Amino acid sequence: MLLCPPDLDPDHIQALLADAEIDAIDTDRPDRYDAGAYLVAGVNVTERAAAGWRTERATEWLMLTSGTSGVPKIVGHTLDGLAGAIVANGPARHPNATWATFYDIRRYGGLQIFLRAVIGGGSIVLSEPGEAIADHVARLRAGGVTHISGTPSHWRKLLMSGAAENFSPRNVRLSGEIADQAVLDGLARAFPHASIDHAYASTEAGVGFAVDDGREGFPVSLDRRNRDGVEMKVVDGSLRIRSHRTAHAYIGTAAPPLADAEGFVDTGDIVELRGERYHFIGRRGGIINIGGLKVHPEEIEAVINRHESVRMSRARSRKSPITGAIVVADIVLADGVDADRQQTIRAEILARCKDSLAAYKVPAVIRFVDRLDVTAAGAWLCRHRTDQVPERRRSTAHRRPERVAPSARGRRRCFHGRVSPRRRRPQHHRHHSDCRRRQHRLIARRQTCTLAAHRLLH
Amino acid sequence: MSVRSKIFAAMQQIAEEQKVKLPPLLDDLSLHDTGFDSLAFAILVARLEDDLRIDPFTIAEDAAFPSTVGEFVRVYENVPA
Repeated sequence: MLLCPPDLDPDHIQALLADAEIDAIDTDRPDRYDAGAYLVAGVNVTERAAAGWRTERATEWLMLTSGTSGVPKIVGHTLDGLAGAIVANGPARHPNATWATFYDIRRYGGLQIFLRAVIGGGSIVLSEPGEAIADHVARLRAGGVTHISGTPSHWRKLLMSGAAENFSPRNVRLSGEIADQAVLDGLARAFPHASIDHAYASTEAGVGFAVDDGREGFPVSLDRRNRDGVEMKVVDGSLRIRSHRTAHAYIGTAAPPLADAEGFVDTGDIVELRGERYHFIGRRGGIINIGGLKVHPEEIEAVINRHESVRMSRARSRKSPITGAIVVADIVLADGVDADRQQTIRAEILARCKDSLAAYKVPAVIRFVDRLDVTAAGAWLCRHRTDQVPERRRSTAHRRPERVAPSARGRRRCFHGRVSPRRRRPQHHRHHSDCRRRQHRLIARRQTCTLAAHRLLH
Repeated sequence: MSVRSKIFAAMQQIAEEQKVKLPPLLDDLSLHDTGFDSLAFAILVARLEDDLRIDPFTIAEDAAFPSTVGEFVRVYENVPA
């Protein structure tokens, strides 16, 4: 079952359907799919009669990586792995909890909260794409939300909205980005009666750990212990995690290996040891994390470099107290370009970026410089404007070197399509019985799911 | 040009770039009601840092997150030189 979040680029859907070997699509946009090629179910589509099919295979939960350049990677999980952190905590640990998340539940961080609610028997107040923060918080308050999670950017947005007043959750969790001391302190002031923790989790590495001492970073002792079956180590500065909560593979015809030979997933998150604590300092390869969405600098540079007055450019991350990071671009103008035209060129480049890139990828600040320096870490190599198609994107060989495990041909997957922003009801599993049987683990919990759904608050 | 004027000028420019219709900037206007989203505020703070050479949200350990335009301006005005 491939879960597709609402911000999925429609241009990428066909490639994903092929890579995940999808047979059945559950969608609110049935017009987008070829009913001859797929079994299409969903809004206003009559369900076909059940076909006879049996399988003992457990549902494979497929999720998409966020904010990657080009087609997102498909990451395969099992329900056991997804629920690993929930079971480790003990479902009864949070009695009478009403859950909420600023994430979409089709993203890893949101699915964790959804599963906590259905497994633990609580209720959940869903998020809705595009909803104003004040309206969202009003629903959270009306629903009596006690436990809520989001990225530091989500939380900063809430703190700055003034909507946090009269909202008093018992537990506040941050994940998905670096939780700095300012946001931790801001939340402690706003929610003096709440426990506040920040968790490390990613779509690939699963839930790693949670820290609840109110300080940024994580204690080095976590690195040396095997806690709840989670092992961590730091190699070449990046955090590696091995546990049964990690995804088991990337899915696709030429998917790269997800873990190393020892089963450790390299998170790509670079940490630095300061005293007895590791601090996150950024992503390997200059990848920029903006509010939990990853941005590849080459993608931005390629757009900038197309401008005829640009000789070369560098897009990089700059720390932001609001969104964790923002994109800034340093640009070297071509020889002979009149410096008086800088304002015009800046406006033209910004306009082109806006036309070609998602809003969060458009440089917040553009600086014209005489030359580009290699960063202290040596991470950046000069990308000249003739390299208009970034090397990393042009060559897929290193990204997808070998097919690791041949996928079992004939296995059938279903695809949960995008949900329109206005759709308020939870998705029920309306696809054909073949698919349902394969989801027996999920179905086993359907009773709980339905009970929770009845209490959904909007 | 005062800090307040610089902040308002930067907000006007970002509003234009982001196609946001900025209401009259009064002290008690909630930041939410400016129409700026998180990204717009991140851009504003970055550009003000370049212009004023200060980022009060990063340097002050106890910087409270402002919720109105007046509070936002005061955060900048109150940064010791």
